[in-house]
Parts: sequence; C-alpha cells; structure tokens
Amino acid sequence: MSEIFLLRHREIPGLNQLRTYTANGGFETWMQAVKTQKPADIIQIVKDSGLRGRGGAGFPTGMKWAFLPNNIWPHYVVANADESEPGTFKDREILELNPFQFLEGLMISSFAVQAHDSYIYFRGEFAEIYRKFEDRIRELEEKGFIGEKLFGTDYSLHLHCVLGAGAYICGEETALLESIEGRLGQPRLRPPFPAVAGLFEKPTVINNVETLTNIPIILSKGVAYFRSQGTDKSPGTKIFCLSGRVKKPGNYELPLGTTFRELIYGHGEGILNDAQIKAIMPAGASSSLIPATEQALDTPMDYESVPALGAQLGSASVIILDETINIADLVNSTVHFFMHESCGKCTPCREGTYWMSHITQRIVEGKASKPDIDLLKSVATQMQGNCFCALGEFSIMAPLSGIEKFRADFEARVEK
Amino acid sequence: MNSLEKKYPDEVASILARYPEDQKRAAIIPLLHLTQRDAGFISIHAMNDVAEITRQSITDVASIAGYYTLFHDHPEGKIRLQVCTDVACMLRGAQEYLAELSRGLGIQPGETTADGLVTLEEVKCVAACDHVPVFQSQIGDAIEFHENQTSQKTLDWLRSMSASIKGEGS
Ligand SMILES: Cc1cc2nc3c(=O)[nH]c(=O)nc-3n(C[C@H](O)[C@H](O)[C@H](O)COP(=O)(O)O)c2cc1C
Ligand code: SF4
Ligand code: FES
Repeated sequence: MSEIFLLRHREIPGLNQLRTYTANGGFETWMQAVKTQKPADIIQIVKDSGLRGRGGAGFPTGMKWAFLPNNIWPHYVVANADESEPGTFKDREILELNPFQFLEGLMISSFAVQAHDSYIYFRGEFAEIYRKFEDRIRELEEKGFIGEKLFGTDYSLHLHCVLGAGAYICGEETALLESIEGRLGQPRLRPPFPAVAGLFEKPTVINNVETLTNIPIILSKGVAYFRSQGTDKSPGTKIFCLSGRVKKPGNYELPLGTTFRELIYGHGEGILNDAQIKAIMPAGASSSLIPATEQALDTPMDYESVPALGAQLGSASVIILDETINIADLVNSTVHFFMHESCGKCTPCREGTYWMSHITQRIVEGKASKPDIDLLKSVATQMQGNCFCALGEFSIMAPLSGIEKFRADFEARVEK
Repeated sequence: MNSLEKKYPDEVASILARYPEDQKRAAIIPLLHLTQRDAGFISIHAMNDVAEITRQSITDVASIAGYYTLFHDHPEGKIRLQVCTDVACMLRGAQEYLAELSRGLGIQPGETTADGLVTLEEVKCVAACDHVPVFQSQIGDAIEFHENQTSQKTLDWLRSMSASIKGEGS
C-alpha cells in the first residue's frame, strides 16, 4: 500500500476546515519552523528530500530556493495556481479539499527564503476558490498563524491572493509575474531569472501548488519517509490526472515510477467499453503521443523514464486515447488550443499555431489533400526551436508525433 | 473620487493595499474584475476609472481588458454558459452535449437568446476533465463549475436561474 502525502482529505473528512486541519497536527510544523529552525537548514532538508517541481519541468525545489541572492531584498514567493494544461485537475482538488496543507507549505517556503509577502496566483476560472482563500487567509491572520512578529520572533508574513482572468500562458512563470504586475501575461526574456529579478524585479521563488503541498510532509515526517515512495531520482508521490477514454477518470496519488499499466488498468479500470487502447498523452495537450505498446504500458511514470519514450511527464496529466479516436481529430483539438492560447509575442508561435490550425481544420473536415499532411509537418518543423517560450514548442508535439506515428489516421481524413 | 471608488470604497482600498506603494499598476486586473461585477462587461467609462485609480493610461487598461478571455468589452446574456470542448472533454462527448444545448436553447455557440438571458460559449479546459460534460457559468464576476452534466440537467438549471434573475429584475 502506498502512502498518501497530498490527497489526505480523502482519509480525513473536513480537512478543508481550519479546525480539522489543526486537530490533525496542522501548522505544528510551521510554528516549529519559525520558532526553532534556521532558514538555511530548511532549504537543506528540502534539497535532501530530492523533491522536484510538480508544475511541469521537474526542477529540484530545494535548489531553486537556494538560488535567491542574500544581498537583494525583499524576496517573494509566488504559488502557481494557474492550472490550465488540458487534462490537468490536481491542483484544483488540493485547493478545494486540502487547502491548509498547501498554505502551510507556502508559508514554510516563504520562511525558508525569508520572504515577508507571498502571493498566490489563481487562474481566473477559480474565482470561487479564490474567494474562499481570501477568507482562509483572514482566518489564519485572526488565529495568529500569519501576520507581524510571529510567535514572539522577528519574522512577519503576509499572504495575498491574485485572480487571473483567463490565459493559459499565465501559468508560465514569467508571464505569471507580468500578470500579477498588471501587464499582459507574456513571457519575459531570461536572463535575468526570477530567482534574481522576479516579482517587482526582486528575487522570487515560483512553485506549483502540488510542489508546495509536499513541504509540510517532508519537514514533519522527515526525508527518509518522503523518499520511501517513488524512485531515487524522482522521490515521493505524484498526483496523476487520468482522463480521456478510461472507465474511471480522476486524480490518483501514486508513487513516482508507477507504471502506465497500473494507472490505466488498475486504478482507471481499463478502457471504456473494453476497447483497445491506442495512445497515451502523459503531459496533457503539450504532450507527444506515445503509441500504447506493451513496452510503453510497462514504463514507469517518472521524470527519467517517460523521456525515453520520446515524451515528458510534465504535470502528469495522462490523457488516454483508444481505437475509436482518429489522431488527426485529436491533433486538431490540441492545435486549436495552442492557437487560442498563443500570447502573440513572437512570430513563429503566433503565425505557426494559426496556420497549423487552418490545416488541421481542413484535414478533419475532409477538405484537405495528401500534401497538406506534409505541409502541417513542415510548419511545425519550422517552428521547432524558434519560439520565444515553451508554449510554442509544446504546440508542435502532438502534430509531429501524430504524423510520425499515426500517419494513416491523417490519410484517412484527406481526399484520395 | 470616481464612480468605481464611490461604489466600492472598501474593495478598492483593499485591492490597492495588496501591492507595494510604487506598484499600483498591479491593481488593474483586480479592479477590472470588480467593474465586471454588476454589468457583466467592462465599459469605456469603467476602464477610465481603473486608469485613474492606478494612474495608468486608458490604452494600457484597454489592452489588458482585451487580452484576457474572461473580460468582456460589450454586454451579452446575463448568464454566460461556457461549455468545455477542449481535448479531454472532446474525447468524452462534449460536442454532442454542446449540440444538444444549442438545439435546446435555439442558438448557436457565440449567440445570445432573444430574451438576453443566456449566451452560449465554448471554452478551453477548465480543470474538470474527470467530470465531463462540464460547463462553467459566468454571471457578473462570479464563476461556478457545473460537472457531470446532461443537457437536460443544464437546461433545467438554466430555467430556474433565469426565473430567479427575472424575479430580481421586476
Ligand atoms: C506554457 C506554460 C504553461 C505552464 N502552466 C503551468 C501551470 O498552470 N501551473 C504550474 O504550476 N506551472 C506551469 N508551468 C510551469 C511554470 O513555468 C513553472 O515552471 C512552475 O510553476 C514552477 O514550479 P515547480 O518548480 O514547483 O514545478 C507552465 C509552463 C509553461 C511553459
Ligand atoms: S512561443 Fe507563443 S506563447 Fe510563447 S512568447 Fe511566443 S507567441 Fe507567446
Ligand atoms: S478538457 Fe474539458 S475540463 Fe479539461
């Protein structure tokens, strides 16, 4: 039986009430940290845990915190609650049902980098969640868990909520900072990196909601306990968002390194109508398509093994496709998503996603001819490596892998 | 004091208090949300108020209002019915659900019912891909999720919402 670090509300009902959270040991780690621990020691523990960012890139969290220079102040921590990758719905479950564990993680990370103001950026569609967080933060202030000179020390912390207004690109960390600052959510040129010049041009840590929710567990139960789950290079558990053509879609918290087969056929109970599985998209719409061979199904889902299949684990939004799905239709859908969400800052992505969407639309409407398949491939290839940020690069994953591995599906949609 | 400050003095003050003194520009997006609360869209007049409070140009404010999909620059139906037809939903019949709603309401996606109550829209993933079909309702500055829908369930919900909105109006 694997351990549950994150979706603890499934075992403890009412965990989204402050009362219940504190009755179950909540905020003890926080108080202990502020009263007795050195910030640098907390960073070392997080480094030792091997925790890697759950927002997509899998970057080591402790290392990220240690990057902030100690000669530029103030420091900020920003929690990324923008969750907008198609197929991803894990942060939302944490925010709704286990919000205080996330907040405790955010507070501990703020103390670790000595930030006195931290921000949570919610995607605009999370307006209700945002309102509840404003209330929860007020509650934490009233109870003295955050505020000025905490627990008789010199440390002060204030939390602030910011609501976005509908733009996938604002999940990209520098676009997110632009959006908080009241600008168009468009990525910034790096360097400087946010660790040096982030929010309001000050050193900033940006972490995903799920990443931060691990922190109280690592500190309270220790590095060894955390490392008892997952693999050596990808320790801990991960919430896998399973969607698409499976019988039981949903969030499953499992050790990193669990196989696709166990997720899809064990937890997801197999394919709808017991149809044949066709392909897997492990990282949502940004994913390359993995043909669902026996070997692919037996691959462990961690940050090292998925790239060996030519894809990424990303935020672990595992979308399942079966034999009833034509891959050209699927690609048309992902390409339209990126066309809609391209921020327009750079030409390859703005124009490329536009042209790709016209071609895929023609293909699915049966109005294309065979050379259009190669035209689609050619547009995607010209974008490759030329986009200003990762969104543009994500947009060509499904078209390129789709044409390479499922060309017959495209040919079936074009005129003979 | 402009009309936004007059109408929502506490909200405006608390929004401005969130940011450092020299970073009031950051208040633009929260203030735009506030202006949408009653009307469901952002008028030129409202943009002017936001520009004044944050000391930015109206062009800056207008470009932000135009960039984000949840901000609207013209009035539509009181209830924006936003159906997710993105990747994961498409795989589980979102298009059929949308088509049924379209028939039930007698309008195409992008259109508003004759009584001005409902605008039917398609949206991208709303992070509810395990409870398809799903729609999101945007009414003023409130957004709610409605999961595990059938077109019947949605149309019933719309009827009761419309009745209560009409009730408020009279
Ligand atoms: C186009 C794009 C969209 C992204 N969307 C999100 C998102 O919704 N949530 C998130 O946490 N990270 C997202 N990221 C990753 C962030 O840029 C950043 O790496 C992450 O928030 C860092 O946190 P972590 O180290 O805890 O994973 C996105 C990146 C890109 C390029
Ligand atoms: S790649 Fe796309 S999203 Fe990224 S900066 Fe260029 S236009 Fe914007
Ligand atoms: S794709 Fe529709 S909610 Fe995610």
